[in-house]
Amino acid sequence: MSAARPSIPPETARQSLARRLREFLPRESVLTDAEDLRPYECDGLSAYRKLPWIVALPETVEQVGRILKLCRREHISVVARGAGTGLSGGALPLEDGVLLSLAKFTRILEVDPANRTATVEPGVRNLAITDAAAPYGFYYAPDPSSQLACSIGGNVAENSGGVHCLKYGLTVHNVLGLKFFTMDGELVTLGGKTLDAPGYDLLALMTGSEGMLGVIVEITVKLLPKPERAQVVLAAFDDIAKAGAAVAAIIAGGFVPAGLEMMDNLAIRAAEEYAKAGYPVDAVAILLCELDGTQEEVAAGIAQVRELLTRQGATGVRTAKDEAERLRMWAGRKAAFPAVGRLAPDYYCMDGTIPRKHLAKVLARISALSREHGLPVANVFHAGDGNLHPLILYDANKPGELKNAEELGGKILELCVAVGGTITGEHGVGVEKINQMCVQFTKQELAQFHALKAAFDPDGLLNPGKAVPKPARCAEFGRMHVHGGKLKFPELERF
Amino acid sequence: MQKPFVVSLSNHERRSKKRVMQVKQGNDISQQLADAVKAATQEHARLAITGGGSKRFYTGQPEGEPLDVTGHRGIVSYEPTELVVTARAGTPLAEVEAALAEKEQMLGFEPPYFGPTATLGGAVACGFSGPRRPYAGSARDFVLGTKIINGKGEILKFGGEVMKNVAGYDVSRLMVGAFGTLGVLLEVSLKVLPIPAKEITLSFELPADKAITAMNAWAAQPLPLSAAGHVGDILYMRLSGTEPGVRAARAKLGGELVENGAEFWRELREHQHGFFQDAVPLWRLSEPPAAPPIELPGKWFIDWGGAQRWLKSDAPAVTVHEHAEKTGGYAALFRHATKNGATSHPLPAVLATLHRNLKRAFDPDGLMNRGTVGMI
Ligand SMILES: Cc1cc2nc3c(=O)[nH]c(=O)nc-3n(C[C@H](O)[C@H](O)[C@H](O)COP(=O)(O)OP(=O)(O)OC[C@H]3O[C@@H](n4cnc5c(N)ncnc54)[C@H](O)[C@@H]3O)c2cc1C
Repeated sequence: MSAARPSIPPETARQSLARRLREFLPRESVLTDAEDLRPYECDGLSAYRKLPWIVALPETVEQVGRILKLCRREHISVVARGAGTGLSGGALPLEDGVLLSLAKFTRILEVDPANRTATVEPGVRNLAITDAAAPYGFYYAPDPSSQLACSIGGNVAENSGGVHCLKYGLTVHNVLGLKFFTMDGELVTLGGKTLDAPGYDLLALMTGSEGMLGVIVEITVKLLPKPERAQVVLAAFDDIAKAGAAVAAIIAGGFVPAGLEMMDNLAIRAAEEYAKAGYPVDAVAILLCELDGTQEEVAAGIAQVRELLTRQGATGVRTAKDEAERLRMWAGRKAAFPAVGRLAPDYYCMDGTIPRKHLAKVLARISALSREHGLPVANVFHAGDGNLHPLILYDANKPGELKNAEELGGKILELCVAVGGTITGEHGVGVEKINQMCVQFTKQELAQFHALKAAFDPDGLLNPGKAVPKPARCAEFGRMHVHGGKLKFPELERF
Repeated sequence: MQKPFVVSLSNHERRSKKRVMQVKQGNDISQQLADAVKAATQEHARLAITGGGSKRFYTGQPEGEPLDVTGHRGIVSYEPTELVVTARAGTPLAEVEAALAEKEQMLGFEPPYFGPTATLGGAVACGFSGPRRPYAGSARDFVLGTKIINGKGEILKFGGEVMKNVAGYDVSRLMVGAFGTLGVLLEVSLKVLPIPAKEITLSFELPADKAITAMNAWAAQPLPLSAAGHVGDILYMRLSGTEPGVRAARAKLGGELVENGAEFWRELREHQHGFFQDAVPLWRLSEPPAAPPIELPGKWFIDWGGAQRWLKSDAPAVTVHEHAEKTGGYAALFRHATKNGATSHPLPAVLATLHRNLKRAFDPDGLMNRGTVGMI
């Protein structure tokens, strides 16, 4: 909340705001009772919790605008919330602000098969877009593993990724148009069904802006034709450096796989036990490489990739013999997070991205750090684009172990930045990594971010305290912790 | 109320001494450039960021003293297995593309040069993309990171050389198509693509309406398309990919094999095709790809599978803008025979305000590339 409001506003202020919201919102769409507020106290990163002051659940675009206008006038902060699956605390509410839920915006406004676009409301689930497009032979490419639950508005706000993004791009590459409200309650339209629009590329800027610049109320996405065929190759390695080199060789060989994932031994064994995917449990590392396209392209490509993997020293190379085996191979990969989660009472998931050429070096360094700290680390990640998800296993009930895990995690993130990478590839900064932003950016760069934010929201009322640290903050540290596997949405796969 | 987007309207006469001396090739003059910007803030001078000048016909001549960035050149890093190249903004575009071609890689957005002096920085600042754009992505889609000098003379780095990066706002992509009005580009990191093993062009005799339908129907199938254009009742389709993939697609599509296909797309990209050799004003319409032929007087060259349409027409600007809007698109007067400087599609008032605010956020004194017209 703004500096002008040092303490939590009294109950009377809350009731008075609720009353004014109810002038244009149905009574049940404005929540103020503790038990009604409880479901909104955190997002997917449940280690951070705060009961919101007020929750508003508008149903129309016009209502969103009025809420923002009212809050702006009253100088009250607003946090937008989609499905609440975020993993960095981006939708963490404020104890003195309005939590603006877009959950009621679930309509698919249009599927335009001729232009291959879908126009949807922000609360539409990622997978629902693909479902709506399927009858036309289309799909929406970015596929976060939370795609059953997460909203497209949240995807845009986080620039979410998935396995397919190596070939088909992140959210930013698949959004053509947006409508959003500024904190002033002004409706802004960007792009449409065209491939570009006049002016600065605000579409790119809005994507990944973590709800800091505006509240998105409509999204037009690009749809792609479903590929004719997809095929996956599993390669086993007795040396992680060789597996890393094979990733580089595939990319250098001119292939653009639809997915290129790596798992280390700890992850392989856990996943095999959990999902019976048919993985070689004695392998030090495996690669899963999927190619898609026309029958001919895939057939030719798979043969070449197999040969290449063998040349790179794979101890075994296997192609899925049918669709069922292909899906089984992926099921193991997709279950890897929960599977690893069973190995220890707690795990802590990182999201750094590094240049691919440093894969072997960074994995070796992580393994050395793991030994130094006496904590196992499992690696299962998007090797094709260098997006690591090291999972640090620990037991928060053992004295000092939590702190030890945090230190190890911190060193891993610093390592990512040191080799030219980043602290977050797809989960966002939110509140979780706000302190690590100080490692990645200089004071001037952070100041530039704040200036940019002020261009949209001069009073800093939208999602305050997230994504970009104030200079004063750059001393503390915060982390995501998963206690006893108690990350929310346990039914979903984790990447 | 609609207002054209213009960074600055006021005139500002200045001595035109060059702020930065020419230095030898493959050199890093970031600090000199940053010092020049700082000096300009103190003197309340204005700076016209100057690269190869190949796109002046579009940008017009910004106000103030030239800030020559062509001395800031050279490839900083390029490792083919990373699919990433980082180069200084003043590096000739041809030099970057040659280095990539040596490793059988390319810039996926097929950037137009509009002249041999084109620099990488100019290409990114203008954000133009060639025929491959609808199928591979635009200039901004390939940008992974930038190093810039903002209007305070600070050197700032955003994004990086990795494929996925959500730390901080995406300032790097904001720089693409900002025409240097938000900062001096120092370095750009771009994702690159492998050159397809096989590339062929097919032609089909079809009128515009049928061609638009065909381009979109094919784009709705999993075919290895990489360009689609229509001019003079002939539809041209380019297929790129593996040898067998292209062969199979060709069998499916039929059509005639075009002998000098690569040349056709190059001429279209560079506006060297006969269509563009004309003194009539050239409009660029950005349209939903399946929009039917637009009822405006003049001659058309349809590119980007229908999403980019070139129109030679004497129709008044309001009429062109109106028609573009009616079909869900935007129109920019791209080139005139007589004067430099494009005219972009007018921005709605709220958007214009955001643009001014952003300009101020990056360049508080408004010294960079003032008077640059035109966002397409
Ligand atoms: C099991 C699991 C697996 C996951 N796997 C992946 C994965 O593979 N890849 C990946 O990238 N992420 C993954 N995530 C993270 C998460 O699902 C994504 O970040 C997702 O995009 C968040 O969407 P949401 O609707 O839940 O957003 P929320 O969590 O509700 O919000 C996220 C942020 O977006 C903002 N926001 C939401 N809606 C709007 C709006 N309409 N306008 C403006 N701002 C808005 C919020 O303020 C907040 O800052 C996973 C999460 C879980 C729990």
